[in-house]
Amino acid sequence: MTAVTVKNQAALAADVSAYLKQRARWSPLEIAFWIFAFATIFLFPSKYLILKDTAILALFALSLDLILGYAGIISLGQAAFFGLAGYFSGLVAKYGIINEPIIALVFSGLVAAALGFVTSFLVLRGSDLTRLMVTLGVSLMLGEVANRYSNITGGADGLQGVDIAPLFGRFHFDLYGHNGYVYCLIVLFVCFVIARRIVYSPFGLSLRALKGNTLRAAAIGIPVKWRLVAIYTVSAGFAGIAGALLTQTTAFCSLDVFSLERSADLLLVLIIGGTGYLYGGLIGAVIYKLLQDWIANLTPEYWQFWIGLVLVIIVLIGRDRMESWTASARAFVVGLGARILSRPPALGGAAPDGP
Amino acid sequence: MLTILFDGVAYGMLLFVLACGLSVTLGLMNFINLAHGAFAMAGGYCTVILVNRVGIPFALGLPIAFLVTAIIGWVFERTLYRHVYARSHLDQVLFTIGLVFMSVAAIDYVMGSSQQFVQIPQALQGQFEVFGVGMGKYRLLIIVVCGLLTVGLQLILAKTRFGSRLRAAVDDQRVARGLGINVGAVFAVTFAFGSGLAGLGGALGAEILGLDPTFPLKYMIYFLIVVTVGGTSSITGPFLASLLLGVADVAGKYYVPKLGAFVIYAIMIAVLIWRPQGLFARSVAR
Repeated sequence: MTAVTVKNQAALAADVSAYLKQRARWSPLEIAFWIFAFATIFLFPSKYLILKDTAILALFALSLDLILGYAGIISLGQAAFFGLAGYFSGLVAKYGIINEPIIALVFSGLVAAALGFVTSFLVLRGSDLTRLMVTLGVSLMLGEVANRYSNITGGADGLQGVDIAPLFGRFHFDLYGHNGYVYCLIVLFVCFVIARRIVYSPFGLSLRALKGNTLRAAAIGIPVKWRLVAIYTVSAGFAGIAGALLTQTTAFCSLDVFSLERSADLLLVLIIGGTGYLYGGLIGAVIYKLLQDWIANLTPEYWQFWIGLVLVIIVLIGRDRMESWTASARAFVVGLGARILSRPPALGGAAPDGP
Repeated sequence: MLTILFDGVAYGMLLFVLACGLSVTLGLMNFINLAHGAFAMAGGYCTVILVNRVGIPFALGLPIAFLVTAIIGWVFERTLYRHVYARSHLDQVLFTIGLVFMSVAAIDYVMGSSQQFVQIPQALQGQFEVFGVGMGKYRLLIIVVCGLLTVGLQLILAKTRFGSRLRAAVDDQRVARGLGINVGAVFAVTFAFGSGLAGLGGALGAEILGLDPTFPLKYMIYFLIVVTVGGTSSITGPFLASLLLGVADVAGKYYVPKLGAFVIYAIMIAVLIWRPQGLFARSVAR
């Protein structure tokens, strides 16, 4: 009797792991997406600056998606990690403490993750509103601190005189942004792969479970608090890497990295792209940058009005409805890809389980 | 020292008038309205236009500002806000932030981005001394007006039929509905009244807080602090929180000017860690 159950269990475990492996497989469409992303290096040589900003924004949005889309934490304070790491990487470069950009980048991510770990205990208490206030409060506090110690950070004028050493001692960050863009894109890809690995792991599944129903998740033995702390820390690290990228590629860092607008825009990016699947932040960043570029060309001063209008309309239409549109669009693209490549569709699987 | 206290109290009173509408909407509908400051800004600009351009006396400008903002609030509530009550908090945040962005850009477009000043009558300017404590006349006026408003609000809430309906709806919306209270109508009136108060606060505070298109963004966090720290279950909670915040902010800016608003953010986070439901919340049920 017990032998049978054990055998059944083994079979079940094998089934589950086979299913998980199949789900985590890279689909042709995903591969095509990244091939296209890297092809932009050669396709749009005159657009490097905006492409670079898009890549950084995409990484930043990815970090928010990890906590909002996968763990259900509303945050208005991702800018705290972005800004902290931005200043950190700027300062270590300015004073020549760490010269190699990649090492500085990793350390910036670690510093931001450390802040994320410390503040996660504040964030995990209370209701949505309390979370909003605490996350926002942390980033505003950091902004005040950066303003206070203007002898170190440059205050309202921004951190100047940052001299970023060439990558590997060979590739300079030139004015046209070619190397900067390639650098950002590679970092984005590496971070994406890590995030993808996290999301498809059993750890990622447990996050989805506790987003769906915290109480039940706790009842089946998921340590809710520590899972949230962990993902918040990871997300902070990613946001930090995005901030450090911005400082390194522009050789400048100003107080607005901590601003509320940055966090609010980030929410918009993620909402445009859709939460809860990793490509949401990436696609959202591309659409947002195009939109911003287009509107800013039409009305340079008042583009904020139209961004606000987009937000209001999105909410009034209803995100569920929009998500069902994007889902059907996605299904269409997947179907098309499947027909062309005659392989089983799987980008739908990149949005595990749907909402 | 006492002057700081006095200024802090005036500032706190002002914050209370600005934020009490928000605390009711949050408590009643569990609705996170980040655009509350936009109504305050509307009141401020309304007074600027009326007093500076049309030439209406300041004392008359204030009630008109209240009325105009209340009407704007009512229209927005009936047309836009009520579709969003049942949505998730994320949707509410997105929606109201969108409104804030729009109002900032729209005011910038219509009125320009420079700071506006309301022309205050000569009689209200200057200072006088009581027992060696310097008091600004205008700040004294603010304390008097806001104090009267607070007492009035408290009386309305505690003594009138509307007040008891409102309290019932805040405490338990479903039961209140079951008792035949038209919660939607109560809420619309409250929302309009709260917006009107915010407009009045914006008009009164234009002198102290400064009025420019970024007003809703700059003070949003202050209103939210008042509400989260004070709790949403009563009117005294936000009132005490406003006074605390006002005094702490003025004292902080006076004694440690370089740290700016750091002090109040630190206080807020400390309070929220200590009591996530607010300092003066009665229950943790909601």
